[in-house]
Amino acid sequence: MVEVRTCPVTGFRVHRAAEDLVKANAVAAVVALLVGGLAAIVVLFTRWMGAFPPEAFYQYLALHAWNMLIFWIIFFEIALLHFAGSIMLNTRPASPAVGWASFGLMALGALMVNRAVLTNPLNHLSFQPYPPLQGTPDFYLGTILFAVGALLGVGHFFATVHKAYRDRTHQGPLPLVVFGAFVAAVLAVATLLVGALVYVPAFLWSVGVIPNLDPFLWKLAYWGFGHPSQQINLAAMIAVWYLLAFLTVGGRTPSEKVSRAAFVLYLVAINLGSAHHLQTEPSGALSVGWKWVNTGYLVHLAVLGSMIHAFAVPGSVEVGQRLRGYTRGLFEWLVRGPWHNPAFSSLVLSVALFGFLGGTTGVIAGTEQLNLKWHNTTAIMGHFHGTVVGGTTLAFMGVTWYVLPLIFRRRVVGERLARWQPWLFGIGVALLVLAYLQLGVRYGLPRKHPDIFRFRGLPLAFPWPEEVYGLLAVAGVGGLLALVGGALFVGLVVATVLAGKRLSDEELRREYALPVAGGARELPAVPGTFALCLVFAAFFVLMYLGNYWNLSRSWPIGG
Amino acid sequence: MAPGAWWEEPVHPLERAWVVIAALIAVVFFSAMMLIWHAFGQQNVVGRAYRVDPKAYQAEVERFVQQHKVGEEAGQPVVAPPPGADVYMLAQRFRFYPILKLKAGERYVLHVASLDYLHGFSITQPHVWNLQLYPGYEWVIPFVPREPGTYHMACNEFCGVGHEMMLGKIVVER
Repeated sequence: MVEVRTCPVTGFRVHRAAEDLVKANAVAAVVALLVGGLAAIVVLFTRWMGAFPPEAFYQYLALHAWNMLIFWIIFFEIALLHFAGSIMLNTRPASPAVGWASFGLMALGALMVNRAVLTNPLNHLSFQPYPPLQGTPDFYLGTILFAVGALLGVGHFFATVHKAYRDRTHQGPLPLVVFGAFVAAVLAVATLLVGALVYVPAFLWSVGVIPNLDPFLWKLAYWGFGHPSQQINLAAMIAVWYLLAFLTVGGRTPSEKVSRAAFVLYLVAINLGSAHHLQTEPSGALSVGWKWVNTGYLVHLAVLGSMIHAFAVPGSVEVGQRLRGYTRGLFEWLVRGPWHNPAFSSLVLSVALFGFLGGTTGVIAGTEQLNLKWHNTTAIMGHFHGTVVGGTTLAFMGVTWYVLPLIFRRRVVGERLARWQPWLFGIGVALLVLAYLQLGVRYGLPRKHPDIFRFRGLPLAFPWPEEVYGLLAVAGVGGLLALVGGALFVGLVVATVLAGKRLSDEELRREYALPVAGGARELPAVPGTFALCLVFAAFFVLMYLGNYWNLSRSWPIGG
Repeated sequence: MAPGAWWEEPVHPLERAWVVIAALIAVVFFSAMMLIWHAFGQQNVVGRAYRVDPKAYQAEVERFVQQHKVGEEAGQPVVAPPPGADVYMLAQRFRFYPILKLKAGERYVLHVASLDYLHGFSITQPHVWNLQLYPGYEWVIPFVPREPGTYHMACNEFCGVGHEMMLGKIVVER
């Protein structure tokens, strides 16, 4: 077996050790996606029509949350770090042994958490296991092992970047995609250390070493981990967006300077945004000034970073397409994009879903007063299914259509079916998100609730307006479409990895050649992107003000 | 362009314009809105909170119930305090206690605390608003039940298996 090969498509020097680590982490990610997707069936049908008993709902909700939000996404991100650190910088991994230790710990941690949730109802704790609710020690230990493994993987990434510069396999600034991955890695270090701050005490409490945990302080510290862990996903997703723009249309950012500055804004400000989880907390414990500064000015610097990417990513696609000759009018570059390529459809849908549905709703839900209407309703589920599912998951699925031929070197099985996959998944997620947003903000439907239909037949049970059942059906159909899209993805990936036709270098070069986007020194202007961004800005401001109008009709409070 | 000189590239005017627009919307306008609402809006999360011993709080709620009890429903006392009064509610696995009967358009001062776990104080149907509760913290926050009607409450913070049974009720009369 050769230790190093040159990729016939990208020209990267690919070390076998790096490739194996990418493969292992990507496979683990897809396994987690499968488990999380199966669990979603119980969650979906319980919320839609009360199909399963509450006990099953809590259990499968926990499985769904941990496998999707943590295991699928973080395994994929570690695969991405091995790709960005080693393959994109043409170097051997700094230490394959450390890479494998990281993988082993993460896999062990993921198995322990899954086992704990499956075997003991005490562990039916989804992503926010607030004390005094207490799980069993193996549940907390599993989360800690997984986090230590991830931290090791991140450290290994830094070491590999260092090695690339030391051995001069890479010179000059980091490519933008690696820069984005680097920012995600720095955020990951901070996040995982705060994670230790909450999960290590929780573990010690579960084995009786610490007598009790202050629930308020724990939740405060928890969100120093809980939301920043999603910011890692954000930075990684945006790095993947730039990568996809490059792979699908030869895209380049309109301005390296602006795109990099936007990533730096994440580093500066985004972790402070976690304060927006404490907007409806007993005030007096948290002052209005503290909330305002953290969730206003500070987090909005990070929002600014995202709004810049909202320009620069479609801008990259427009640059690539215009260089390829699609220059007519404002939107020829978009209309005549390579829509037959599922990676391109995934990119466009991921940007649109994240921007319009995921991002805007996050800013609105995190606004001090508006949170009164959003807090812990299904609108929050709407928000984060817009970000991590419509955005991150769809972007990661999109890049997988390149991982299969370029890393696994197999032809994707069922390429025609693959074209449908992003649409099934994306439209399904969009329906689910829109319905849950409406159900939450307008009807106050509680999240994490298995029995809004009967409330177990208690005397205080109450009926909902008719529209609620209609919207639940919309969410249900959307969820079902997303499940079919997800199953199609897993099915095609597994079939390709196991039985896809092996591709020779010659076939790869011929069939997967990267689009050549001219050699112009001057990048073209991107008026189409600017126009789209103005529409987005108007939408954003209207949604924001609309939510204040909605709030103004509620009972006065706090005056 | 020399490698590494990306910071010297000029930024296209359209992109510069977008950065300014985005900064005005996100950093200036959105942040200012929170403060503007404190000055002019009627819905702000401004109250006081005290650390409280759950047992002492429960006793306080019980005193309140005995003083203003007007009836019983679903095994819960129905309590009708006079307008302007301090009203008490407690959250506990798996109930909100007691049922309140209030007058529309009057100002009350809500006291609410959890006795055991985190709970979600959610007036959900019709939807009003939601507050986060913690054991050991008593929230004191004024509010005005504006429109008459029957308002149903459901806990919206997972508090253990049985969470789905945690319901409450506020009746607002003309």
